[in-house]
Amino acid sequence: MQDEPTPTELLKAVADFLRNEITPAIKGHNAFKLRVGINALDLVTRQLTLADDGDAAEHARLKQLLGADGSLLELNRALSDRIAKGEVDLQTPGLSEHLWQTTMDKLAVDQPNYGSYKRELGNK
Amino acid sequence: MIEQQLGRCVASWYPGATGVTGAAKLSGGASQETWSFDIVHAGGTSGAILRRAPPGYGASPGRAAGLDAEATLMQLAHDAGLPSPRVMHVLKPEDELGTGFIMQRIEGETIARKILRDEEFAKARPLLARQLGKVVAGIHSLPAAKLPKLREMTATREIADLEREYRSFGWPRPVFELALRWLRERDPGPSKEVTLVHGDFRHGNLIIGADGVRAVLDWELAHFGDPMEDLGWICVNSWRFGEIDKPVGGFGSREDLFAGYEETGRKADPDRVMFWEVMGTLRWGIMCCGMMQRFRSGPDHSMERAMIGRRSSETEIDLLRLLAPRGA
Repeated sequence: MQDEPTPTELLKAVADFLRNEITPAIKGHNAFKLRVGINALDLVTRQLTLADDGDAAEHARLKQLLGADGSLLELNRALSDRIAKGEVDLQTPGLSEHLWQTTMDKLAVDQPNYGSYKRELGNK
Repeated sequence: MIEQQLGRCVASWYPGATGVTGAAKLSGGASQETWSFDIVHAGGTSGAILRRAPPGYGASPGRAAGLDAEATLMQLAHDAGLPSPRVMHVLKPEDELGTGFIMQRIEGETIARKILRDEEFAKARPLLARQLGKVVAGIHSLPAAKLPKLREMTATREIADLEREYRSFGWPRPVFELALRWLRERDPGPSKEVTLVHGDFRHGNLIIGADGVRAVLDWELAHFGDPMEDLGWICVNSWRFGEIDKPVGGFGSREDLFAGYEETGRKADPDRVMFWEVMGTLRWGIMCCGMMQRFRSGPDHSMERAMIGRRSSETEIDLLRLLAPRGA
């Protein structure tokens, strides 16, 4: 067992330092790059916090949809294959809901400020 | 050093030019660069832009029209009265600057967030969709006989290209599969009319001023194809920058875009435009994945490239909003 602080606590401390102390001191193209870097740290923090639950729920839905077991990657490959072949489509019960939930969970990590995501959050 | 080379170059064709100042690289990868500089002459200075492949980088990769074709297209657009910089000089071997061209620099803004938020553009915003409709109609009407040689694209070929690229990543994306299937099932076939297509008609490639559109830039992806492609691409949600209820670049409506397009006697086909909007959304998503691949394997190991990989999910939610809207 690794000791505390947790990875998310460490990342958040670094991101806050860069955001609050370093950002005001940086100009020009490096200010843009710094912002991208802080965004990346924030994204990783969200992923560490949210992805386990999202992945578990996605895995359960995929098993149900496909009637098969496997890793998350294997099941996503199988679902992609079936969509490509036309064996499942938006008329298939549960597919649309699964794709929506999976995509919403990805956006919650990747880009929670994205306009379409914010709209759909209030539109469940 | 580039100022000396540019100075020698401009002296050979700009009347009374004595040199250049203020050369600054605006953008550039390994194979293509854009520089801004001022030509110094007896009457003062004139702003200019160099777009070039440096010496040793002649061939244009993949889909690119090539810098010679870009220069020809810009000049044709300028001659037709479209908002386009005048091409001042096409580089020659003796210029020792590589291949490319020098054009007039047009002042204005290309950064979407400023165009959509700053007070300076408040009067221009409501006019832009209609203006751009008219401009893109002008591009589609450029005289075919004068156009350079360009690749010809159809919807069928574009779907196949996107699918090949997506499959090359080896990473399953059920939403992209759904979009590919949707596109294949609705492929309208070859366009009745094939015209010049700009290919990248969107924020970043448009110079906007307080009075509206001042220039169309970056003809790198120009090709022959379905003119509705350009209208669909500018409606892709990725170019709305949060203003998601204004489909044209976050500033205007499809109706205004089409009205401007039809002012000159051309006809917009809303269904086909929607088809190309779905295609464009998927295309941008696949381009984001491609940047992440280049981050992993290529020389450009930058955070920016890596983070763009995490924007492909934005196109997934936009594809779902288009293909499987909730509550519908």
